[in-house]
Amino acid sequence: MSIEISRVGKKFGDFVALDDINLSIPAGELTALLGPSGGGKSTLLRIIAGLESADTGSVSIEGVVATHLPAQKRNVGFVFQHYAAFKHMSVAKNVAFGLEIRKRPKQEVKDRVAELLDLVHLSQFAHRLPAQLSGGQRQRMALARALAVEPTVLLLDEPFGALDAKVRKELREWLRRLHDEVHVTTVFVTHDQEEALEVADQIVVINEGRIEQIGSPDSLYDRPANDFVMSFLGPVTSLAGRLVRPHDIDLAERDGVLGSVPGVITRIQRVGFEVRIGVRTDEDPEVTVTMTKTHARGLERGSKVWLVPTPGAITVPTMPPRALSA
Amino acid sequence: MTAVATPALASPEPAGPSRRSGRRRGASTSGQLTGVSTLGLGVAVLWFSLLVLIPLAAVVASSAAGGLDGFWQVLTNDATAAALRLTVGTALLTTALNIVMGTVIAWVLVRDRFWGRSVLNVVIDLPFALPTVVAGLVLLSLYGPQSPIGVNVANTRIAVFLALAFVTLPFVVRTVQPVLEELEADVEEAAASLGAGRLTTARRVILPSLVPAITAGAALAFARAISEYGSLVLLSGSLPFQTQVASVRTLAYLEGGNRAGAATVATVLLAVALFVIVLLDIIQRRVARRG
Repeated sequence: MSIEISRVGKKFGDFVALDDINLSIPAGELTALLGPSGGGKSTLLRIIAGLESADTGSVSIEGVVATHLPAQKRNVGFVFQHYAAFKHMSVAKNVAFGLEIRKRPKQEVKDRVAELLDLVHLSQFAHRLPAQLSGGQRQRMALARALAVEPTVLLLDEPFGALDAKVRKELREWLRRLHDEVHVTTVFVTHDQEEALEVADQIVVINEGRIEQIGSPDSLYDRPANDFVMSFLGPVTSLAGRLVRPHDIDLAERDGVLGSVPGVITRIQRVGFEVRIGVRTDEDPEVTVTMTKTHARGLERGSKVWLVPTPGAITVPTMPPRALSA
Repeated sequence: MTAVATPALASPEPAGPSRRSGRRRGASTSGQLTGVSTLGLGVAVLWFSLLVLIPLAAVVASSAAGGLDGFWQVLTNDATAAALRLTVGTALLTTALNIVMGTVIAWVLVRDRFWGRSVLNVVIDLPFALPTVVAGLVLLSLYGPQSPIGVNVANTRIAVFLALAFVTLPFVVRTVQPVLEELEADVEEAAASLGAGRLTTARRVILPSLVPAITAGAALAFARAISEYGSLVLLSGSLPFQTQVASVRTLAYLEGGNRAGAATVATVLLAVALFVIVLLDIIQRRVARRG
């Protein structure tokens, strides 16, 4: 195990950011800390990096207890949401920074920087200033800078959060491929479930300072531990007291299946290849059902329909709203 | 621009300014001015000419009234040369002091939380805001013959230095402060995570970002220092060859009816100010580029 976090707690004034966190992050893998903003995931990452200190508990990295080590002694690479570029230095100088601090020989630094710039596809921008790069390029530079010092772990705090949707999607595919090449233990924080499902080997769902579930993307999607995890991993709707995914509902025009719930179509909305249908049942004001355009043919507002989860669909009991911790 | 040689990831996003460094230029970058900006430029140039360029030209012209000979005579006058040396030397000294102290004070004001910080933040401007004669009076009462703390520097060169340091104190502080406030914490955290200690971070990351602001403040402080009159005239005593500064010397020429002489000293001061401001700008560009 590469990073061991045990019984870590952190408060900001009265606000409990992390509450007794225990977590093992496996070496060589890409782990996502997923959760809503303010849930404590960034705080946990910053505690691992030494940029924040935990109130209680301990952190060890590769078997070394790091709880009281300052950030500069932990040998972690950290990538920030807003790049944190050294604005007065060229791209090459930015990448070389960590190596120059470590007083490596000039030629070695030069070679390593060239190698890293090649890795992040920025070789032709080596002499530019960060201000002359786009957001995506700046973040790749930041990644190269973090990787330059051969960190034991690479930590990324919402690395693609400041980029627009298209670039974000490209960069995360690229990050996945990069990780397959470099194999450094990587932890990244995101609030985007698609990003986590697509990129990570392991996902840790964090909410309100606690870990809700840990598992592979598939196991989380197929066996969500509770309503929170299920609803955070994608759209859900509630049908007869259970949470179910809108594409996991069968909609029939007559009552055929045992347990079907009758309802009336209140809304039909087409979004690209998908049709979203709102159905009012006795129990729920609006159950959302999604289906392909072909399947929706012939349905109209006001039609009477029967709803039932498809066989094998994942459902989770809807819980009463959690008591808010003030 | 050369094509991006990255088949896997061809960085499709335009290399425009990011959200953070959103420096926008108007439509005038193409060289074509719109009607309104033509008018604006005209007004600005006219105003600047009336207020600055024409009077300056007049001073330079009247210094030439006595011919090159007259010009040289004034400069080689022992008292004048001494006054100029004292002025420029002391101004350079106070500028150097300001670069250090101003940066330190700005740092303390931005980074440290202490009781009375907001008061200090306001008081910093006082030396600049005070009428200079009042500033002189303040200094005289504290460091003059009737000093309550027993420090009497009246009629010495220390008095000149003290007065210049007093009135130029806010410049570097006020130019560095906003830049320091804008400096993002994550840049320092990035340096730390890359292995830099606090000193290295300050030297290699923070200071270079402050250099443009420090030089701007230093230029202002220097310009103010060589032109200072009111605050030092009371405490320094303006003794020729000892504590008489260039501005006082100028006045002495005027009182003696020698307008060309006064203009000559003024022209020299003007040249020195220009030289130092250009020099600082060059230094700043060099440092900013070196990284």
